[in-house]
Amino acid sequence: MTTLAYTLSDSRVMLRRNLKHQLRYPSMTVMLIGIPIVLLLLFVYVFGGQLGAGLGAHEGRSAYLNYVVPGLLLITVASAVQGTSIMVAMDMTGGIIDRFRTMAIARASVLTGHVLGSLIQILAATAILIGVAFGLGFRSAAGPLDWLAAIGILALFAFALIWLAVALGLAAKSVETASNTPMILFLLLFLSSGFVATATMPAGLRQFAEYQPFTPVADTVRGLLSGAAIGDHAIAAIAWSIGIAVVAYLWAIRLYNRRRAAEPK
Amino acid sequence: MTRVPAAPGIVARDVCKSFGDQVALDKVSLAVKEGTILALLGPNGAGKTTMVRILSTLIRADAGSMRISGHDVVTDPGGVRAVIGVTGQFSAVDNLLTGAENLQLMADLRHLGREAGRRRVAGLLEQFDLTDAAHKLISTYSGGMRRRLDLAMTLVGKPRVIFLDEPTTGLDPRSRRTMWQVVRELASAGVTVLLTTQYLDEADQLADRIAVLDQGRIVAVGTPAELKSRIPGGHVRLHFADPDLLHSAAELLGAAAPDQDQLVLQVPADGTVDSLRELLDELHEARISVERLSIHIPDLDDVFFAVTGSHVTAQLNGDPARQGVPLS
Repeated sequence: MTTLAYTLSDSRVMLRRNLKHQLRYPSMTVMLIGIPIVLLLLFVYVFGGQLGAGLGAHEGRSAYLNYVVPGLLLITVASAVQGTSIMVAMDMTGGIIDRFRTMAIARASVLTGHVLGSLIQILAATAILIGVAFGLGFRSAAGPLDWLAAIGILALFAFALIWLAVALGLAAKSVETASNTPMILFLLLFLSSGFVATATMPAGLRQFAEYQPFTPVADTVRGLLSGAAIGDHAIAAIAWSIGIAVVAYLWAIRLYNRRRAAEPK
Repeated sequence: MTRVPAAPGIVARDVCKSFGDQVALDKVSLAVKEGTILALLGPNGAGKTTMVRILSTLIRADAGSMRISGHDVVTDPGGVRAVIGVTGQFSAVDNLLTGAENLQLMADLRHLGREAGRRRVAGLLEQFDLTDAAHKLISTYSGGMRRRLDLAMTLVGKPRVIFLDEPTTGLDPRSRRTMWQVVRELASAGVTVLLTTQYLDEADQLADRIAVLDQGRIVAVGTPAELKSRIPGGHVRLHFADPDLLHSAAELLGAAAPDQDQLVLQVPADGTVDSLRELLDELHEARISVERLSIHIPDLDDVFFAVTGSHVTAQLNGDPARQGVPLS
């Protein structure tokens, strides 16, 4: 086998390990997939009546459902990458990583396994959420190409946030820390156009919301699903995704290759 | 930097490592011939684990040269990783997988191929008495089972050189003996073993050679017998009820330096029953009553004491060889 074949083989083995972990740790997997669904119900049935009225449509609640689905797709991503960060930290704080490091395997395959595993989990969770949304009355004007583009944008952004979560998991000294730091993503998401239009926000906050990564992604996905024009949002979304992915990837690889300075006791 | 010749087994020369201003290893040199067992013996914090982590490519040495089966640890870590197996102090198993899945993971990462991998997994489960628990999650395993699985995982790739960092710490006596048996079988099959331990009897039982490590320095190297021959022979400690008896006995036996405080007299003895009987008869005839006595047979703790000035076992788990025998 060539080096490339070994790398692919090792990555596939690590991916299988990661997917098995997701099945063996169902409490976390179910929770990470369940949170977005619970939030969807909350936003539509609790907040939806009042928030929908602000959209100016006569059927407020269902209009808000159509509005908020992209936000909840992003919640799905943020929720899943929290799991990535936890899983990576669990690996790094356990003894198994030292075993991997003393074996002649493609070094980054441990991380590749986590990244691909999380991506698969996110796509599955996204499908479940969209299914539930349709069940609640979500309607989309999007054609197959629009759907493909929306999922592509979402997957690219998810890929970037997964690498960020991998880096956060590597940087964390404990699993608890790794579980908490990705919370910042939820905060960013709430300060974006995910749940309400940025135009309704006060000046300072509005500018912040308009120039952070979640807003162009939410706007692009919303535009594609509703059949509206997406303008420059797609370019901004792709640029943010690639930028975050590159920086997070380099950071993660650097953390991963840095040998532990002190001997663990 | 001194070059180390390409030879099988393990050769390390002048390995230095500091963490900040704390010196962990200070010019440590050692050699393990192919197919033999070297025990790196020392108390906690002596630098044993650091040495293993350096030799197994986990951390870099500050200086020194090392070769494992001819591969240079610094310039060819990949070559080293292909021939070594490491079982660390902390269990390196995947808790969310079953025993069989853990072994299969190793087989896949060693690129053994489907059929060969499956055979190897089944063979190791059998060898390590884990067949019944093969499809149970590791979280249900006992400490001994985890250690066995841990070592089995290390052996999947048939490594030529194995590092075992305190392989029996925390194991019950039976699991410990099982582990010793496995290690012996490995060495007789030609595998080179470097094991660290803080148990003197473990080094004595297993090792062809022992290197005593203390505060980052090798303070003694040799076979267990060689090390033991470096220290004074055994003795009997006689405990008396009052100072008069102590003095009479010291006079009678011509023994030096009675311990006035503890009322103890130390008499050279080889530990045989005949010599003991002779000693007690002599005391009995002189009507000197001995409260109790203890027999001291030289062990590696004495070696450690002789070379470092501090006891290892005493601070760890007491020394069964030195327990008093009450006389009535």
